[in-house]
Order: sequence, then structure tokens, then C-alpha cells
Amino acid sequence: MKLLYFAWLKTKTGVAEEDVAPPPEVTTVAELLAWLQQRGPGHAEALADLSALKVAVNQEYAQPGDPVRPGDEVALFPPVTGG
Amino acid sequence: MIRVQEHDFDVGAELAALTAGNHQVGGLAVFVGLVRDMAGDRDIDAMTLEHYPGMTEKMLARIETEANERWPLEASLIIHRVGRLEPGEQIVLVAAASAHRQAAFDACQFLIDWLKTKAPFWKLEETGQGALWVDARDSDTAATERWSTPKKGAAE
Repeated sequence: MKLLYFAWLKTKTGVAEEDVAPPPEVTTVAELLAWLQQRGPGHAEALADLSALKVAVNQEYAQPGDPVRPGDEVALFPPVTGG
Repeated sequence: MIRVQEHDFDVGAELAALTAGNHQVGGLAVFVGLVRDMAGDRDIDAMTLEHYPGMTEKMLARIETEANERWPLEASLIIHRVGRLEPGEQIVLVAAASAHRQAAFDACQFLIDWLKTKAPFWKLEETGQGALWVDARDSDTAATERWSTPKKGAAE
């Protein structure tokens, strides 16, 4: 599974992208975020406030209950501020 | 048509090309976004626009399609810049052309409103106090509990 981090998610985790292999119990966006919070201090800080977070799975906005699978591209970012 | 690019754009040339040869167009509405030198009480030296390559283009194309489904447009255009921009520079161009003005005005506003809440761009401001990521203006309070962790031991 390929993870992408943007804006301050990238700053706080210290990575722009990484390949991860979550355990098979991780099947949803919410479960993936909970698992990522345990990944290290940078991730814990970046993911401390999940209400400030948007998630896209394979470049589509996703909800907490949406499925994630091996091979997916999952992006984590704050609410958008373009325009 | 949508474009994401680092370099500047020429509004006049873009609009001329957009409607060239199409004499069904009776009205063309345009919005151009510029970099301000102030945000609240902070002076802005510059800002850097980051985006999510791939998803950005996908979302912009979808926003444009949605506008074309809602209004009878003859032409539409979204150009959004990325990279480092200084105050006064152009960030975004949105244009909608239709037979009559109301559809053009409404579609143009729709395009920029949707772009601002759906297209994955983020602004990093350079200020006297250092670099600051811009917060979204209308933070959706209903979203507060949305990403709450399920009570599930399996998610270790």
C-alpha cells in the first residue's frame, strides 16, 4: 500500500510517501489511521487530530468506513486551500 | 479545459483562444485569483502552492464536467498555478462562456467555489514569523468526529 502525505501532514510525519504493509485486520480507512498513529512519534503527532484530516483512496475522497486494500494509493492531507 | 502549471498565464490570450470561432457565445464570465500581501495581521512575502498530481487534475475535470451539466456552456476553462508565487501574481483563472450572461456568471462562481473546497491544493505562506500552512476557512464542524478511531482491538 502506497501512502502519500501533503502539506503539514508531510512536515509532521517527515515523509512525502512511503510503502507500508498493514496487518490483514486493517481493512478500513479508520483502521488504517489508527494503525498509522502507532507508527512513530511523527505519525502520532500528525494524526493526533483526525478531525483535521482528509483521506483519499486511489485519488477519490474517502470516508472512515471505506475499505482499503493492499496495492491502494492512500493520501492523507488537511482540508484544501487552493483557489 | 483544465490546466495545472507553474508558469503564469495571459488572461487575454486565454480568453480569446477559449471562444475563438464560436459565435454562439454571448457572454463570458471570468474570475482571476491573485496573491495578496496580507492574511489577517500577517504580512505575506510569498506563498507556495502544493498539489496532489493526478487527483488534482481528476477533481478539476470533474468540477468542470459538473458545471457543464448544470448550465448550457459553450466553453469553460480552469487554470491553476502551483509552486512559489509572490504578492500580485495570478494564482487561478476560471472562465465560463454561454449564450447568455446569467449562465456564464453562475457557472463561473460555481467553478471557483467548488475548486476551493474540492481540488487538492494547499497554500504555504512565507511570513515574517516563518512558513505557515493556510487553514481552510470553513472548517466543517460536522466532520469533527468523522475520523474517530473505532473501538476495535484488531487495529493494533
